[in-house]
This record gives sequence, C-alpha cells and structure tokens, in this order.
Amino acid sequence: MSVALELHDVRKSFGRTQIINGVNLTVGKSERHAIIGPNGAGKSTLFNLISGRFPLSSGSIVLDGQDITNSAPNDINRRGLARSFQITNIFAKMSVFENVRCALLWSSGHRYSFWHRMGFLSGVNERAQEIVERIGLARRRDRLAGVLSYAEQRALEIGITIAGGAEVILLDEPTAGMSHSETADAVELIRTVTQGKTLVMVEHDMGVIFGLADRISVLVYGKVLATGTPAQIRANPAVREAYLGAVAE
Amino acid sequence: MEFFVVQLLNSLSYGLLLFMLSSGLTLIFSMMGVLNFAHASFYMLGAYFAYQISQHIGFWPALVLAPLLVGVLGAATERWGLRTAHKYGHVAELLFTFGLFYLIEEVVHLIWGRAPVDYRIPAALDFSAFTIFSTSYPAYRVFMMVMSVVMLLSLYLLLTRTRIGLIIQASLSHPHMVEALGHNVPRVFMLVFGGGCALAGLAGVIGGNAFVTEPGMAAAVGTIVFVVVVFGGMGSLAGAFIASLFFGAVQTFSVALDHSLAGLLESLGVALDTSSGWYDVLSLSIAQMAPVLPYLLMVLMLVFRPMGLLGTRET
Amino acid sequence: MKADTSALRMPLPAVPDTRFALGRQVATWGLVAAVMIVLPMLFTQGFSLSMLSQMGIAVIFALSYNMLLGQTGMLSFGHAVHFGLGSFVCAHALNRIGAGEFGLPVTLIPLVGGFAGLAFGIVFGYVTTKRSGTPFAMISLGIAEMVAASALMFPGFFGGEGGITTNRVLGDPVMGVSYGPQIEVYYLIAGWCLACMIAMFALTQTPLGRMANAVRDNAERVRFVGYNPTRVRYWMFCLASFFAGIAGGLATINYEIVTAETLGLMASGNVLVMAFVGGVGHFFGPVIGAVLVSFLQSALSTYTKAWLLYFGLFFVMMVLFAPGGIASLFAVHGAPLRHGLFRRLIPGYLLSGVCLLVMVLGFVALVEMLYHVEQGADMGTEFDLFGLHIDVTGAASWLAAGAVFIAGLVLFVLTLPVIRRAWTHVHGELQARDAA
Repeated sequence: MSVALELHDVRKSFGRTQIINGVNLTVGKSERHAIIGPNGAGKSTLFNLISGRFPLSSGSIVLDGQDITNSAPNDINRRGLARSFQITNIFAKMSVFENVRCALLWSSGHRYSFWHRMGFLSGVNERAQEIVERIGLARRRDRLAGVLSYAEQRALEIGITIAGGAEVILLDEPTAGMSHSETADAVELIRTVTQGKTLVMVEHDMGVIFGLADRISVLVYGKVLATGTPAQIRANPAVREAYLGAVAE
Repeated sequence: MEFFVVQLLNSLSYGLLLFMLSSGLTLIFSMMGVLNFAHASFYMLGAYFAYQISQHIGFWPALVLAPLLVGVLGAATERWGLRTAHKYGHVAELLFTFGLFYLIEEVVHLIWGRAPVDYRIPAALDFSAFTIFSTSYPAYRVFMMVMSVVMLLSLYLLLTRTRIGLIIQASLSHPHMVEALGHNVPRVFMLVFGGGCALAGLAGVIGGNAFVTEPGMAAAVGTIVFVVVVFGGMGSLAGAFIASLFFGAVQTFSVALDHSLAGLLESLGVALDTSSGWYDVLSLSIAQMAPVLPYLLMVLMLVFRPMGLLGTRET
Repeated sequence: MKADTSALRMPLPAVPDTRFALGRQVATWGLVAAVMIVLPMLFTQGFSLSMLSQMGIAVIFALSYNMLLGQTGMLSFGHAVHFGLGSFVCAHALNRIGAGEFGLPVTLIPLVGGFAGLAFGIVFGYVTTKRSGTPFAMISLGIAEMVAASALMFPGFFGGEGGITTNRVLGDPVMGVSYGPQIEVYYLIAGWCLACMIAMFALTQTPLGRMANAVRDNAERVRFVGYNPTRVRYWMFCLASFFAGIAGGLATINYEIVTAETLGLMASGNVLVMAFVGGVGHFFGPVIGAVLVSFLQSALSTYTKAWLLYFGLFFVMMVLFAPGGIASLFAVHGAPLRHGLFRRLIPGYLLSGVCLLVMVLGFVALVEMLYHVEQGADMGTEFDLFGLHIDVTGAASWLAAGAVFIAGLVLFVLTLPVIRRAWTHVHGELQARDAA
C-alpha cells in the first residue's frame, strides 16, 4: 500500500496550551481513514494543520511524497488535498452552480485569467454540472447557496471540496447536525464521491464511521491513542476506557 | 534649547488634546469595530457649541454644557443611526459615519457660515503663566494640559473602579463574551459612543479657542486621530496615549525643522547636481514632508504590524 | 482570517448567471450606444453637453470603483488617486505632444492615462491588497492622504495650487476631428465609455471576475480551493486602477486642466458615493449612481447653496434605509412586476410618496430660510420658494414651514404600515406561486 499522507511528530500549541502533542499518522492511498476522539481532543486543529490553515509548532507533514509543512492553504490544495469545514463554509451569495464552478476553476488551469469567458469554458461547465448532479442539487442549481437547507448546504460543502479533483479529501464532521435519513444520504454521497480517493474524516457518529472507514485513529489529548481497523478499535481496551464505553454500544 | 522646551510643551498640550479625541475613538473602534469617520465632527461641534454658549452665558458653563450636549447627540446618533446601519455590516457603518462627517460640516456651514467664528480664550485665562528663557508661555495652554490630565485620570478611574468601566474593559477584548454574560451590549455601545463623543466635544471646547473654530477643523484633525488610533492599536488606551503624544510631537516639531536630505549630504561633502529631478526630492525639508509622515507611518504599521503598537488583536 | 471578510459583508445579490444569451448582450450594448449617440441631439445647450461629458467620465470611474467594492469587497477611500495620477500624466503627455517631443493621436490619450493608473495601481496595490477589510480601507485612506499631501510637495509635476493646464487641440484635424468643439469631445468620451463598460462587464464573466466575487463572499474558503485571495485582490486592484486612469485621461481632455483636487479624499469619497447610491450589487448600479450624482451636482448646485446638505442627507438615508442602492430598489420590484402584483403596492407608494413630498417641502423651506438668516446680508431676508413668498424675519413663515415638515413626517411614518402590509401580501402571494 503506497502512502498518501504522512504526519511526523506534529505539534501545535496556542500560547502555553499544547493542543497537538506529537501526532504520527500514515494514511495509505485510497484508504478511508476516520479520526475519532472526545471533544477537545484536537481533531479539527489537526485538520487545520494538515490543510495549512494554521502553522505547525513543530513536526512535518508529507503529502504524496512532497513536504507540505507550513505551505499556504492554496499551495496545499493545488498539490491535491482538499478539505471541508465543520461549520458550513460556502459562498453564500453565489448560486450552487457558481459555488462548484469556483471550486474547480484552479484545477482546470484557468487561474487568474481575465481573457476567458466563463460561459465558454465548456469542460469546466460540464464538470460543474456533473458535480451538482452528483451531490443531488440539480434542482437547486441556480439557487443562492445561502438560502439552501442545512443538509443541502452540507452536501454543497462536500461538492466544493471534491470539485477540484483532489486525490486526498479531508472531511470535518460531514454529518454533524443531520437527521437520521439525512445522515444515511450523506454517507452514500461520501461513499460515491470519494470512490478511489484517499479520505480522512473527523466524525462523531459511530454508525457513519464503522460504515465508511477502513481504518480508524483515536485522538485523545492531542495524541494518537490507537490506530487500527474498526474491529481492532472496537476491541481495544484503552479506547474503551477513553470513551467510557461509548464505542461498545 | 529655548526652542526645544517651548516646542516640547506645545507638543505635549497638542498630544494630550489628541488623546482626548483618540481615547473615545479607540473605545468605540475596539468595542464596535467601526472606525467613526465623524468623530472629529463631534470635536468641531463641541467647539461651536462652546462658542455659542459662551456668547450668552460665558465660557465656564460652556465647558460643562457643550460636552454634555455633544454626548447626547452622539448617543442619539448611535441609537437611531449607527444601530440601523449595523444590521448591514461594517461597510454600511463606515459609510454612515462617512456621510455623517459631510453632513455635520454642511450643518455647520448652514448655521455658523463658512468663515471662522470668533471663539476666544476667556479673559480669566488670557495671561502669561510663566516665562521660559525669553518666551512667555500662555496660561491657557497650561489650562489645556491640566484639563486633559484631569480627564485622563477620571477616565482611568471610571474604567478601573466602576462596574460599567469593568464591563467596557471586558468588551474591549471580548465583546462576544460580555454579551454572553447577559449584559445589555447595545446600551453599553450607546453609552460608550455618547461618552466618546462627549470627550471629543470637550476637546473641541478647550481646543477650539486655542486653535481656530472653523468648518474645516474636523477634516484637519480627523485623519490624524484615525492615524493615532490605528497606530496605537486596537483595544489599547495605553497605545492611543503613546501614539497621541508621539504624533503630537511629530506634528509640532517637524513643521519647525528646515533640514533636508540634500542639506545633510552637502554638509557631508557630497556634491549634488541641482538640475537633476532627484534634487527636488532630496531638497525637501522635514517641514515640507510633515503632512505625509503620519500617513506613511500608519500605512507601514498596518502592513507590517496590523495590530498596532500595543494592540491586542488585529483591526 | 474569516472575520476579515465577514466584517465587510453587505446584502449583495448574486451576479446574474453567465449564460446571458449573446443576442441579449448585443442588444443591450446596442441600446446603450444608441442612447449615447442620441442624447446630445436631444439636449443641445452647451450646459447639457458638458454635463453629459462629465457623466460619461463618471460612469467609467464609478464602474471601475465597483470592481473593488461591489465585486471584490474592497472598500477603498483612495480610488481617485489613480484617476488623478492618470489625469496628470495625460496632461503632461498632451503638453509634450504639443511641444513636438513625441506623437500620439489625442484619441488614444486616455490609454496613456490607463497605463499610468495601472502603473500606480501595481505599486500601491502591492501594499494595499496585502490586507482586507477595515485595514484595507485604512491603508487606502493613508495612501490617498499621502499622495494628496505630496501633490503640494512636488509642484514640478502637480503644478502646485493652480494645477497643470493643457491644450487638447493638437496639430491638424484628423478626418475632420480636431477635438476643439465640445461635441467632438463628448463623442470621444462616449466611445471610450462604451468600450470600457463592455470591457468591465466582460471582466465579470471571466474566471478572475468570478473568483473576485468568491473572495468578496468568503476569502477564507477561496484559499482552500486553490486560489490566493491576495492575488485575486491585487489583480482586481490593478485592473480597476487601469480603468480609473482612462477616466482620468478623459477628464484631462475634457477640462484641459488638472488640479490636485482630482486625487484628493473628496474625489475618492465622491466616487464611493456614486457607486453606493447606484447600488454596488448590480453591474449597472454604479452607472445609475454616476449619472444621478453628476446630474445632482450640476443641477442642484445652480439652484441652492445648501445642495451639499441635501445630498449628504440623501446619502445617509440611502445607507440607512436602502443599502443596496437604487439598483436594488428596482430589483426588488422585478418579481412583483413579472407576476402582475405590482399594482398592489401602488396605493401605499402613492400615499407615502405624497406625505414624503410634503415633509421634504417643509424641510427644504426650513433649510433655505436658515441659509438666508445666516447669510443675511448677501441673500436678503425675503425670497420665493415653490411659488410662495417667504420672509425669514417673520415668525409666520417659520411656523408654517415647521408645521409642514412635522405634519409630513408624522403622516409619512403613519402611512408606512400600508406599504408594509402590501409587501407582506405580495411576499405571501409570491411564495404561494413559487411552491405551486
């Protein structure tokens, strides 16, 4: 199994508070890897470090053999890593279609062009349309993203994340706040759109995790407590203790 | 030496006056996140109100009444103007105060005309306080400094010793937390806005007759106060204080200095080609460059240290 | 970070979708061109011709400003810097051409202004666009003040207080055009105005234009789809400076004089007001604003000394009650119009409109009377207003004006619920039809 993403002794502190205390993590290509842990364990911070939102205090991150430690978020994205956000983070005053189109413009090579007309970028428009259909928002195509329902906005969030065709996808609590049926739809969506790609996700819903993940890492107090297959994690006594039986339902 | 001491005193009185303006603006800016373009307009209103009141009942009542009046106007502005604009975000707020700046200037035109008004130093304070070497120093300047220091001390006591002061301090650094604790933040905003305007009004009362009371006085001092606040840093009264004194000194001293880069080079024995276009640039004296300096410093500060001198967070 | 952009967010409607049919675009621009050609034939006095020229320049300038505020979310207080510097460079270029130092047809002079604006945009934009939100606004203000202050430091380039004068008539007429008569200058401005409008509209339909909208909406997210928001802002800043410079060049040709005022804070504030009043959320908003504000500035100032007061009040009221500008007032009526519901709104509008008019009349009377009192000696104490004779020394006039104003205000406030009820009804109806 070749490696997609590697974290070596990653540390992060805000002021005197250590949030991430030396995380080592290896995610293989095409693997679906879930990160779980109690609140405040540093899961979102870890995502912010990987995606370049915050600088590391120490350690290094390697994406597909290239060192991306402390690169700018846009550089990391161009190298094939895309992320979603826990709090919906979309372009609220643009249409669903425009949201997706903006997200795949860079990867289509048009950069800061002011001599191409958007309407005539046929490859881009077709791909955007395809993604809008895949995330199930075809009927909402021309609606402003800000007026969509919560579940629809979460779907759009995933659409923006995958639009650029990144090989490594980071999803931060993609089903948070959803109802049961919405969650089931979201899991299906995540499964299809990340087919053949590397997925790292933070999730609280154990059903989602055990349904999707190939491997799981448990993050507690900024450290990886255990990594393994769902079955291994379920059986791990240390994890059980950390979760006070929450896993063993 | 004589020149230096007199200029130092002048820069101190001017710097303290600037602080009276910038302290209110800093409080407003830090708490509400909006740079009030019209802040100096309230300074101007203070001067004009004081002029009008002193025409009828004298300077001393004006010293109390004018700032109060300006404060009430400020609070009303917050309540019926800014609060509405706030709903549409910071751009609308900024534009509202920007429009207010022009509006107040026009109202002043309308009521008091375009020429300076005859707002004079009261006779009781129109004498020489002391003599430095051969220059006699006016008592009114001393009065200005005393007033500023008294104001400064009362502001300090208000902020550290009273309940409302503690709430204001807390909302300087953590506005959302204060709201979460159940304080009526809009009312605190209104009080702070009114209070800040009253301070600006007071500065107008004591500055208007020391300098000149005219419709252009708001524009003249407005951008400098901006510079002071941005330079001093968001949420920092201490920063605003240091920046006020600093820019008071920069403005007072630089206009009096005739030195230029060309002069320096020539005294170092460098021969300069006076016909070249660069000579124009090199021969600019510090006095000529004085108007640019504050803005240059502000831009550099914003680019390299956006939190300002002593700021606690980014603007 | 995120707070930066959300802090500067306003209710901005979406830019219409790209697939604006080509035919419709050609028709729109054809109509604009036709209007531009016909206007000077309808308004033939010299006064209107110079006003139309002024409007053409203002339209380019306001649209270029909106590339910053409306499209990229950058509130600049220093856009006139690029207009003014472009103007000065053009004045020097014209003078050099006049002196025979080099040759360039006057028709292309605005391009010189454009490149001058662009050059300064590249320099100033590099510093300014490193920040967004309020710091951006403050830096732009600082640079505007710096440039304005340096105008007095370098009299060689800026001509000191008097400014730089120039002559737009150079050499022999080309194809019968000498740019001596104002009408020829008008058509030059109109031609450039149309070209710039089309170019700036086309820009909104490009990847850069679209990413500018994305940066305006959510700069944080833009960084995670591969774009550098600072770069997007920088590009937009440079291009906006280019168009501002073109407008500045046209101003040089039009007025044949450039003073330091053209790059000052007042001028920057003016273009901001034009764009905002027109509506920054719509492409054509600033066009409406530029035309209206130019008109008011020329027309109102001939009637009353208090015009800046009226204008300032109008602006503040727009900020408070119609922050989307005039364009948004049109836009909100689009749906009711299409569904034939507009007539439900008419009674309320008429009712409140009349009350508003009464209030404005009273207010104007009060303001004009105040002006007459203040300027007593120069203006006299008696004057005619709206066909009425007013004597500011008598209490009757004051009482009457005050009463009219207060009655208008009270009635206006009382009639507002009628409009509100009508809108509630229209909204309900629209939603019902949308669901069906």
